[in-house]
Amino acid sequence: MNFEFLEISELRKLLDDKKVSSVELTKYFLDRIKKQNPELNAFITVTEEEALRQAQDADKFIGTPGDNPPLCGIPFAAKDLFCTRGIRTTAASKILDNYIPPYDSTVIAKLKEQKGVLLGKTNLDQFAHGSSGETSAYGPTKNPWDISRMPGGSSSGSAAAVAAGLSPWALATETGGSIRQPASLSGISGWKPTYGRVSRYGVVAMGSSLDSPGVVGYSVSDLALLAEVISGLDRFDSTTGQVEVPQYSKNLDSNLKGVKIGVPKEYFVEGMEEGIKKGVMDAIEELKKAGAEIKEVSLPNTKYGSLVYAIICPSEVSSNLARYDGIRYGHTAHATAKDLMQVYMKSRAEGFGDEAKRRILTGTYVLSAGYYDAYYKKAQAMRKVIIDEFHNIFKEVDVLACPSTPNVAAKLGKAADNPLHGYIADQLNIPGSLAGLPALSVPCGFSRPTDGETPAMDGLPVGLQIIGPQWGEQKVFNVGYAFQQLTGWHKKHPKT
Amino acid sequence: MLSKEEVKKIAHLARIELSEAEVEKFQKDLSVVLDYVEELKNAPVSIVGNLDPAHEVTGLVNVVREDKVEIADNHEEIFGQAPEIKDGYFKVKAIL
Repeated sequence: MNFEFLEISELRKLLDDKKVSSVELTKYFLDRIKKQNPELNAFITVTEEEALRQAQDADKFIGTPGDNPPLCGIPFAAKDLFCTRGIRTTAASKILDNYIPPYDSTVIAKLKEQKGVLLGKTNLDQFAHGSSGETSAYGPTKNPWDISRMPGGSSSGSAAAVAAGLSPWALATETGGSIRQPASLSGISGWKPTYGRVSRYGVVAMGSSLDSPGVVGYSVSDLALLAEVISGLDRFDSTTGQVEVPQYSKNLDSNLKGVKIGVPKEYFVEGMEEGIKKGVMDAIEELKKAGAEIKEVSLPNTKYGSLVYAIICPSEVSSNLARYDGIRYGHTAHATAKDLMQVYMKSRAEGFGDEAKRRILTGTYVLSAGYYDAYYKKAQAMRKVIIDEFHNIFKEVDVLACPSTPNVAAKLGKAADNPLHGYIADQLNIPGSLAGLPALSVPCGFSRPTDGETPAMDGLPVGLQIIGPQWGEQKVFNVGYAFQQLTGWHKKHPKT
Repeated sequence: MLSKEEVKKIAHLARIELSEAEVEKFQKDLSVVLDYVEELKNAPVSIVGNLDPAHEVTGLVNVVREDKVEIADNHEEIFGQAPEIKDGYFKVKAIL
């Protein structure tokens, strides 16, 4: 029997009915990883022993159907940005190459409570800085639809692992596009939560006012279930727990009658591939036919999103990455340095890759005396304008529907040495991130790339983005769920 | 374009030693980013007057919790990561 590409509910039933054990499932996915990871480079660390131990434990625990925690015995992968006690956590950087966290991130602790089975830690752009997977110190991840192309990033390994059927679902994180963009380019579903919905505790920090841990999987009903499990109050992250967590998966409602969907015209940017536009417009037409009220809307300051982000993100990065000092953990020049200053200067010089250095330096520059007002303060003021713009639009519509990315997956190497790659690749995701909004990307078709041939028969995946108001997860899940009831794009998988 | 001295100055502030080749590379890279954000100058918001910046999105103010000591069970795991420790402290090189 084949288990790849099955949804969580299907795996749950197989486990509950004792048609398969968690150990068998885990071995099945570990075997797929062994075969395909050398080519895809989706995993940095595979936790085989630990996974089999967790699976044995889950098998002992699985009892009467209906009584089992929803994720009990189900394998998953985690972006290597989530701290895992006793298991190396690198953030795909050399500075954390040997780092063994002494604690679990809150999200990992919640999954341990469920008796989920961790298969391994997935590749990413170094410190999540990037949108291609190429800034990883462990080499780029390949897109399972076409291995000459990038899977998107920064959650490159999580997206590729799920797309290739190496893991039923995976933890990912977003700061400005890092879930939606790779989900879109890899042809899977991804959920970027409302900021503060999911705890950031134990997730290697990038931009603390933006970081939102989330998930990628095969369907919106899986995402809704996962959201229920990983969301909520955490006393270690004081931005969490402001709003109770609804039973998203039980509440899923595919009835679109009376649902108002705004289509922001600024999201159909210049240079967007025609196939993307068509895929998304066809998807919106499906929603309309099913009863949704479609309304063209305008968010005129959308174009400033990436500019604001290009200042705020490196600013927060320069502050967050100051902690890597070569003294307490991580790569250190302690043995050769003469004094403390040299420990700092050399440990950081040796440990950080180009992209991390670029962001730290950019952030340090825009925050430094004389430039603070012109850059940082102006960006924060503009961020407020963008937040207000969304706030006002959600008085008129329930959700927004638009493309997730301007292009299908680009060739590997396209991002290297282009300091602006991410700001352009993520331009349709960043404004929502600045406003802390919940959003989805769901597969909605295929398009031929304009930058060369691809062996993927129907072209490469296109993603429909659905953005909701703050704490409006249920609305975006409902529209995404309705779309997946109407269409079968999320059931398409690459040949493996 | 930023001068070499400017790049060296911010690299020192950020505590990152740069090679000469890196100084030149980041001179260019940073200038590309700064040129890119230049358009923000035309953004329809003024930083003088009624500035209402958004440093965060939650609207939360002063989240507090009980100030209670808890015993951590992972001292060895924590100190085991450091290059040098002494008497239960991290040991650092001479500061001056």
